[in-house]
Amino acid sequence: MSSVDLLLPLLIVAPILASVLPVALGLRYERAGWPVAAITTTGIFAGAVSLASAVFTEGGPVIHRLGNYPREYGIELVADGFSVPIVVLVTAVAAGVLAYTRLAGPRGNTFYSAYLLLTGGLIGISLTGDVFNLFVFLEISSLATYALVSSGDGPESAVAGLKYLILGTVAASMYLIGVGFLFMATGTLNMIELAAAIPEAEAQPLIRAAFAFVFVGFALKVAQWPLHTWQPDAYQQAPDGATPLIAALVSSASAYAFGRILVTVFGVDYLVSMPYASEIVVAVGCVSVLAGTTLAVVQRDVKRMLAYSSVSQFGLIVAAYGVVIHDATETALVGAAVHLVGHGLLKAGLFLAVGAIAVGYGARTVDEYAGLAKRRPVLAASMAVLLLVLVGVPPGVGFVGKWYIALGAVEAQLWPVAAVIFLSTMLTLAYTARLLEKMYFTPAPELETGHGHGPGAVATDGGDGNGDADADGDDSVDAAADDEPDDGAIETPLAAGVSYDPSGGPGRDGTGGRSSDPVSFGMVATVVLAAVIAVALGFAGGAFADVLEPFLTEVFN
Amino acid sequence: MIELLANRYAYLLLFVLLGIGIYMIIANENLVKKLIGVNLFQTAIFLFFIAMAYVEGGAAPIVPNEGSEVASPLPQVIVLTAIVVGIAMTAVGLSLIIRIYSEYGTLREDTLREVRADE
Repeated sequence: MSSVDLLLPLLIVAPILASVLPVALGLRYERAGWPVAAITTTGIFAGAVSLASAVFTEGGPVIHRLGNYPREYGIELVADGFSVPIVVLVTAVAAGVLAYTRLAGPRGNTFYSAYLLLTGGLIGISLTGDVFNLFVFLEISSLATYALVSSGDGPESAVAGLKYLILGTVAASMYLIGVGFLFMATGTLNMIELAAAIPEAEAQPLIRAAFAFVFVGFALKVAQWPLHTWQPDAYQQAPDGATPLIAALVSSASAYAFGRILVTVFGVDYLVSMPYASEIVVAVGCVSVLAGTTLAVVQRDVKRMLAYSSVSQFGLIVAAYGVVIHDATETALVGAAVHLVGHGLLKAGLFLAVGAIAVGYGARTVDEYAGLAKRRPVLAASMAVLLLVLVGVPPGVGFVGKWYIALGAVEAQLWPVAAVIFLSTMLTLAYTARLLEKMYFTPAPELETGHGHGPGAVATDGGDGNGDADADGDDSVDAAADDEPDDGAIETPLAAGVSYDPSGGPGRDGTGGRSSDPVSFGMVATVVLAAVIAVALGFAGGAFADVLEPFLTEVFN
Repeated sequence: MIELLANRYAYLLLFVLLGIGIYMIIANENLVKKLIGVNLFQTAIFLFFIAMAYVEGGAAPIVPNEGSEVASPLPQVIVLTAIVVGIAMTAVGLSLIIRIYSEYGTLREDTLREVRADE
């Protein structure tokens, strides 16, 4: 396995090159996008897994030097214990989203082009060992994200996309200024070389300014509190098939890149001695946690609620980075890494579930989720599991990440961070509990009022004629509901052959002409798989810390 | 102070340009002008990189040189890449603005806000 380092450029180049194919083949074949994307994604997923096994069995990083130039001049690609989990996460979520979009997603060839470009850019962010290349890959993935966000149905998505574009470009430019300062002070762009050169550089104020610019750039990309305003719009307006990809990966990759800059480029020991660095990072992270959860509690739209929840979860990760550079605690870095991977998986699963429910059922606000558990038990159960893991109920990956971060905060004597984690858990419970209560304990509304998009539901003529008292015993609390035909098989618009029509036009009437369920088996299976992995990873939390060990000893020696 | 200005006037000018760019992004209501502001902002950074690489009396970095000092080629290569990225960004932004204009019939952000609030 001497040529395992060839996997690194291949993982980046294959999706970027393949992103041309859907559009090119689309000139001739109408449905070329999905097969191309499926083949590429499966390939890079297999590549990422074999790369991970190579890194973890050998215990050391896999390095590829492009064109065999020494790293002082050339570009390096590095896969080590910190970047490989992110690569596996990116490819796994990309594969999962692809399985989902087979039936639900935007089917156009251009969607798959943007999708492949985004995947390639994100893998590039994870693997690059060069600060300027990081900027280029950030911009590649951002451009694909702007395109994906603005490909939503309504004109609102174009506004959200433009907002994201302007703020995202300013963020990347801020990062570029920071890179310029670093280059000015040290004369190199390679991360390892920078790590050696930064403490010895003469112009220390320049390096502090560089850190400030890099931090502001990443705070915007990761959607930290005062700079998060683009993110809820972008997540809400993106098409349902694209939101899981964007929500789970784009901010995660940026947060990973920020961590990489902190621990590898500046170095923990250097940042510990930099005045106010950790205080500012911790403060921004903690305020984001509180602001994000508070804003999530008051949201009515489920996608928007989950978007604000991302603000808080990434605040947790940034606060963990702050703890790391406050007192050089390994534990908090393990927590940040676990939480990055876990949160990415959780958000992907949750947004997939939201998308499946919106496709099959037309529900988008919290109130419309009433009685979901009875109509779609599997989907609702997986969503409930994912939400509970997000809160941090013990056998889940959300708990492990928070536990390590809190433990690191206590080790570093940063009690406020531990308090903020506790408080945010309570607030997270507040908004997830609201959703769970609606799904499980609120009886389903009457058809006429249950859907904001009315006409499709009213057309179920089969339901009213069928006045049989149903067998659902636990619905007896609601006397009014008993008058309505409560039999799931008839009441559900899907079962009666009524499809949800996004345009708000009249749905198909219940003549039975259309019997196919818009929620395919693949969509449900993807969500269930995400829930199972989210719980299983919780048990593997300790093993993950062991896996990170070689990287940690490299950073904290 | 005067000496500093005399030596570093390029950086000063470029950061003034940076400020103008970000002011345009924040204060202009017109979406196209906002995008021009983003471009100005980026261009200031590109020029900053170029100014950084300048060496007094340095030759172009072409092999073989006659033993004289050469300007650093790396920032110029970086700026070429960054310009390409910036152009792609501008293209996407302009196409989004065209879509917004065709949907809402306005390019002004305050009007856009009113139109969207009415819906």
